[in-house]
Amino acid sequence: MTDLSKSSGAAMTEPVVSDSPAPTAFLEVRDLKVHFPTDDGLVKSVDGLSFTLEKGKTLGIVGESGSGKSVTSLGIMGLHTAGQYGKRKARISGEIWLDGTELLSADPDHVRKLRGREMAMIFQDPLSALHPYYTIGQQIVEAYRIHHDVDKKTAKRRAVEMLDRVGIPQPDKRVDNYPHEFSGGMRQRAMIAMSLVNNPELLIADEPTTALDVTVQAQILDLIRDLQKEFGSAVIIITHDLGVVAELSDDILVMYGGRCIERGPAEKVFYEPRHPYTWGLLGSMPRLDRDQQERLIPVKGSPPSLINIPSGCAFNPRCPYADVPKDNVTRTVRPELSEVGSQHWAACHMTQEERERIWTEEIAPKL
Amino acid sequence: MIVGHRKTSGGPRSAAGPRAVLAYLIRRLFAAAVMLVVIILVVFCIFFLVPRWAGVDPATMFVGKQADPGAIEAVRQKLGLGEPIFVQVWEFFKGLFVGRTYAAGGDVTNCAAPCFGYSFRNEQAIWPVLTDRFPVTLALALGAAVLWLLFGVAAGVLSALKRGTLWDRSAMVVALAGVSLPIYFTGLLSLAIFSYGLGWLDAQYVPLEESFGGWFGGMILPWVTLAFLYAAMYARITRATMLEVMGEDYIRTARAKGLREPVVIGKHAMRSAMTPVLTMLGMDLGALIGGAILTETTFSLPGLGQAVLKAISDKDLPVILGVTLITSLAVIIANLVVDILYAVIDPRVRLA
Repeated sequence: MTDLSKSSGAAMTEPVVSDSPAPTAFLEVRDLKVHFPTDDGLVKSVDGLSFTLEKGKTLGIVGESGSGKSVTSLGIMGLHTAGQYGKRKARISGEIWLDGTELLSADPDHVRKLRGREMAMIFQDPLSALHPYYTIGQQIVEAYRIHHDVDKKTAKRRAVEMLDRVGIPQPDKRVDNYPHEFSGGMRQRAMIAMSLVNNPELLIADEPTTALDVTVQAQILDLIRDLQKEFGSAVIIITHDLGVVAELSDDILVMYGGRCIERGPAEKVFYEPRHPYTWGLLGSMPRLDRDQQERLIPVKGSPPSLINIPSGCAFNPRCPYADVPKDNVTRTVRPELSEVGSQHWAACHMTQEERERIWTEEIAPKL
Repeated sequence: MIVGHRKTSGGPRSAAGPRAVLAYLIRRLFAAAVMLVVIILVVFCIFFLVPRWAGVDPATMFVGKQADPGAIEAVRQKLGLGEPIFVQVWEFFKGLFVGRTYAAGGDVTNCAAPCFGYSFRNEQAIWPVLTDRFPVTLALALGAAVLWLLFGVAAGVLSALKRGTLWDRSAMVVALAGVSLPIYFTGLLSLAIFSYGLGWLDAQYVPLEESFGGWFGGMILPWVTLAFLYAAMYARITRATMLEVMGEDYIRTARAKGLREPVVIGKHAMRSAMTPVLTMLGMDLGALIGGAILTETTFSLPGLGQAVLKAISDKDLPVILGVTLITSLAVIIANLVVDILYAVIDPRVRLA
């Protein structure tokens, strides 16, 4: 997916805001920055994020709480600017290209019309994300009728059809239930039905299984994968759970402190990770195929404050290899993504040879 | 599932089903009826038992200040104060529904149903006194409620949406003034300006039967004054609730669907934000119907509030008793209506 050189050679068919050409990728995010002014200072939730995603592919965005995963997804959906009242609006810069349209500079009402139709979102906690006062059916019907000029009966038939498709038993009866009458897993299925009712080309799932019982998590992931195959949409799945992305993703993007620190095809990131933070994530993931006596290795410390991100590498204070001598780099310079393999990038000051050695000799044997 | 005992072959049933709603209504009505009985008993205790424990003969209180022993004895017999307490309670209770007859020897006094008591001093039943005055208070309360709901809720929603702006701050300062200034200040001030100063509005209450225009003109200042106080409170509560609701996940979902912002606010946010407003409305209306004493006194409105004020200064116990009962009734009815509206707004309530 992430072949940046390809896009630079693309034909310029559309007038573009910036000097760079319109991308050929279905979704391309370029240097996205989302900053929130607060009393304590500017919170740089996302600070220069770029990636591309093609239709039919799944991108997993992984990171700790506060790494900017959800802020990124809300940014793509345009939900930082919609419904911002009073002062303290989010400051967003960069470019988000969806199917040839740049969303950040587009008319907000145009972006609103794309929401729900071209791009849809599944939220973490379906109980709080569904309106408690409207039936599941009413909410799906509403989502459908915003973008389709049909009567309520037709829309309700569509809602029942969608509920059936996501595996809700007796959908013709369940459609008249309220969210509180559904179980957690059923609610998330209903939420998925609602987000897919308009056949969106881009589906963003923001921690879709975090609020669910372990027993239904796998079912929901299976459902998302099946539906993606059926609808051929591009899917972004946001999670802190590496198991989830391993299950679903074609590509993985690891975020730390509002930036991408490693990005590449899933098997590369899993089997040849080239960033100490990714190593930390892998080490802290429980695995059944390992000796139970061995303890998980947590990543020490806590995520950086997004207000005063230290100059240099944001992961430096927690990095177990911070003391490894690095040639030709200044500590105060932020490491940029550099290609470490085919389609595989990582942002680390250590030399590639050094990281390869540490991974194969020190990290991989312990996992 | 509310009908969980049914065989599951029938499939899951919605709590919104007609049966559940009906069951909810019956439960609320039953609860209201029980509450009514309890209140009647409590009122009876306050007026007939507590004085006795305090060493005061209830009969003297019902007769009035300077009564001769013969009159007191007659009232004692008429009220049946010598009877066992449960007989007294029963007579009192029965009077409310079928009327009662007070008899002392050949002296018989009739009190038609609903018998809210009888003023032996003025030789009149209390119920007609109450029904004379009740419409005035009801009109005052309802008219003001319409005003304060319109303006209070609108101001609160706007303040929430424009949080932190000049509009928000000024609206909240005005609301603070509204909450803190007493009715007799704002009322007199408005009278001084609009009635005596500018001469726009008449300060005189005109009964509705005489002239609609005169009645309406006379009610404008009382409505506005009373509404100002309540609008201020409603604006503050609406603002706080709206701010909370606008941060809810389901509001984000509504936007993610591609809904227009006015629909997000008007349909999704407002419906949730109205629940606490409704709670307050039930209590406020109930209390106001029991007598907006300050407003009625300031504007010389012949409502229940004035009646109760006069009764208290006259130590006219039967009237106080009657107003107490009718106020309790008003609160119960207002709360019943709110309970039903709750169920209309929030489907989860129907299960409760």
